[in-house]
Order: sequence, then structure tokens, then C-alpha cells
Amino acid sequence: MNDFLNQVRLVGDWLTSSQQWHGDDGIPHRLAEHLTYSGVSLLFAALIGLAFGLLVGHTGRGAFAVASVANLARAIPTFGLVVLVVTLAGLSTTPVLVALVALAIPPILINTFEGVRGVDPVTRDAARGVGMTEWEVLIRVEVPMSLPLILLGLRIAAIQVVATATVAAYPGLGGLGRFIVDGLSRNDYQLVIGGSAVVVLLALVVQIVFTALRRVVVSPGLRVSASRS
Amino acid sequence: MSDGEPLVRWQWIGDHAGELADYTGVHLRLGLLPVLFGLIVSVPLGIACHRWRWLYAPVLTVTNILYSIPSLALFMIFVRYTGLTERTVMIPLTLYTLSVLVPNVVDGLASVPEPVRQAATALGFGPVRRVVQVELPIAVPVVIAGVRVAAVSSISLVAVGQLIGQGGLGYYITRGLQLDFPTPIVTAIVLIMLLALTTDALLVLAQRLLTPWSRNKVTSS
Repeated sequence: MNDFLNQVRLVGDWLTSSQQWHGDDGIPHRLAEHLTYSGVSLLFAALIGLAFGLLVGHTGRGAFAVASVANLARAIPTFGLVVLVVTLAGLSTTPVLVALVALAIPPILINTFEGVRGVDPVTRDAARGVGMTEWEVLIRVEVPMSLPLILLGLRIAAIQVVATATVAAYPGLGGLGRFIVDGLSRNDYQLVIGGSAVVVLLALVVQIVFTALRRVVVSPGLRVSASRS
Repeated sequence: MSDGEPLVRWQWIGDHAGELADYTGVHLRLGLLPVLFGLIVSVPLGIACHRWRWLYAPVLTVTNILYSIPSLALFMIFVRYTGLTERTVMIPLTLYTLSVLVPNVVDGLASVPEPVRQAATALGFGPVRRVVQVELPIAVPVVIAGVRVAAVSSISLVAVGQLIGQGGLGYYITRGLQLDFPTPIVTAIVLIMLLALTTDALLVLAQRLLTPWSRNKVTSS
């Protein structure tokens, strides 16, 4: 317990020393980098994953392909992919972002697809029966009903992007992982644990954002059945 | 990378076959033991959550938070206590599996039809024997669906452990970067994916063997 308190103190000292708050190697700059990498790749992944997930879920065509892609993607070692990209394309941000997007698409795609496909066919037929066009069925019935799963997919993708952006510091990118990787190479334990603490805080914020989002956007009528995430 | 360097030099793979096999073994151990430990924790925890529903929400919150913490940060937090050892990689990986395994154990138990439960009770099964001999076997397909996801993710995550010197095949990823030589990186990625997908296929097979009564039904993740 004493050791734990020591660690907390170490983190506290690191967080409160003013050098952490200025310049290119300060927390604000690293956090901004991390949020930029994560936000940009999540945005593109969401656009692609949602579009294809809704399309495949609604039409039912390509279901096998979606399931296979999702299964295969889970097996890719993200760390290896990021390092390979840097080895092949050199140390620039864009190729790594492309890899992050590629890794974030499958969870969004599969969950959106599962969500739409899981909508009760009776409900879907009822929507058609009251005169909705296919587009209205999708946007006004299927999307709202699959929101819990869509949000789950987005959350898993966000978690993965934040984690992969952290290891991207190893082959030389910026972001919060820099503190950990630099701390390891300099044998500076305070830097390692301070950086880890900031990463953990960011993960908690992501978790809170998605929990809040769920409360706000998911229809109250769906809450009972969707206790999974 | 220098110009003209191919993505894969086959010669290198041949020269390192023995060493690659050794690291593959280590990688499997680092990836799969956490799934086993995760299962040992999740089955009783899932049974408890199924039995006492109020327990489920807080357990899910904790496992979800653990899952959301990037592996690199979690490894560093454990380094202080367990050093640069395999345990430092396996403990966080075990914690990650809980976010998939616990809900699947609970869902699996929830999938047991009520008449089956009542029939078991009527036949004189006590609560413990009923869970072990009737409900858990029926829950197997759902539980294994969770084990498949956990095992595949765990195997692919091991590589990050290389940053504390315990990454199984992740060794070749950092080595390739240091040497500016893509062959070891590509080899490691392909081997890790093969390990994950083979494990997945074996788990599907295990499920068929364990639940002969559901052989005609397809259960996927």
C-alpha cells in the first residue's frame, strides 16, 4: 500500500511540475497529438464502417464477407502493423493514420451490421406497412433500434485506436505513448508511470463519453434489452 | 528501408526457422494462459452475476474500464510489482479477457431454457449440481464464442509486451524496426495471425466435440 502511495506521489509530482505543461514534449501538446490521431482515424473509420454496415445489414448481402473481415481483423497484431507501416513508408503521420483507420473499421462494421440485421423482421415489415420508403425504414427504424450495438462498435473502435496510437510512439510517432517509450529508453520510471497515468485518464474519459452518449441517444424503450455494453 | 529491399526475404525465414518455432511457443503461452486464467475467474464470477443480478452492472463497469486501458499503460503499471517478466504481460491480458468472458458466461446461463432448469430441479438436482451438470454444459456454445474472441485478441496483443522484453513473436517486430528490415516484421505478423486463426478454428472444433447435441446449429461470435 505504501508503495502504491509512493507511485501516486510520483505521478502527482510529475503532473504538477511545470515542464510537463509547456513545449513540444509537454502534456498538452502530446495529448493534442493523441486526440488528433485518434479523432481523425475514428471519424474516417466511422464514415466507412457505418456506411457499409448499414448497407450490408439492410440488404443482407455480403453478410459472410463482413463476418470474415471482422474475424480476420481481430487477429491482426496492431503493434506489428504500425511498425511495419513505419518501416515501409518512413516516419510520417498519414500512413500510420491509414493503418489506424483500417483497424478501426471492422468493429464498427460488424456491430452496425449485427445491429441492423438483429432488428425484428416484424418491426421492419410494420414500418414498410405504414408506408415508409426503404430509406425511411433504415434511418427511422433500423438505425435507432441498432444504436446500442452501433455505439458498442464505435466504443470498441475508439478503445483500439487510443491504444494503438499509444504504441505508435514506439516507431517514433508523437502522442501520449511518447512519455512511456521515452521513459523506458531513458530508464526514467517517473516519466513512464506519469505517461501511463495520463493514458489511463484518457481511457476513462473515452469510457465516460460513450456511457453518456448512450444515455443521451439511445431510446429509453431499448434500454432494458440492451444491458451488454 | 533501403530501395530494392523486398517485403520478404525467404532466405531469412529459412535461416531462422528453429528460432521462430521457439518464439512461437512462447507467444502461444503468453497469449493462451491468460485466456485460461480469465476463464477460471469468469465462470464463478459469471455464475455469481447470474445468480445475483445486482452484481452484474458493477462487475461489467469494472471489466469494461479495465478493457479500455491501453495495454502499454497497463503493462507499465504492473512492471513495478512483477518486473520485466512474463507475468507482467499475462496479468493485464487476463484482465482484458474478463470483459468478453464474464458477459458470455452470464448470457450463456441466461440461454438455458426455464423448463430445463425446472426439470433438473424436479429430478432432485441441488442448486450447485444443477449449475455444474445442467446449466454450464448448455451454456458452452455461448461461452466458447466468448473464448474465441478473447483468445484471438489475446494472441494478437501479446506483441506489445515486447516493449518490456516479453512479447513472444513481438521480438521480431522490434528487431525489424531496429534493423530497418521488413522481413522479420512481416513474418511475425503472419505467424501471429496464423496462431490466432488456428486457435479460433480449434475452438470451433472443441465446441462441436463438447456439445454433440447442437452439432447442426451454427454458433458464431
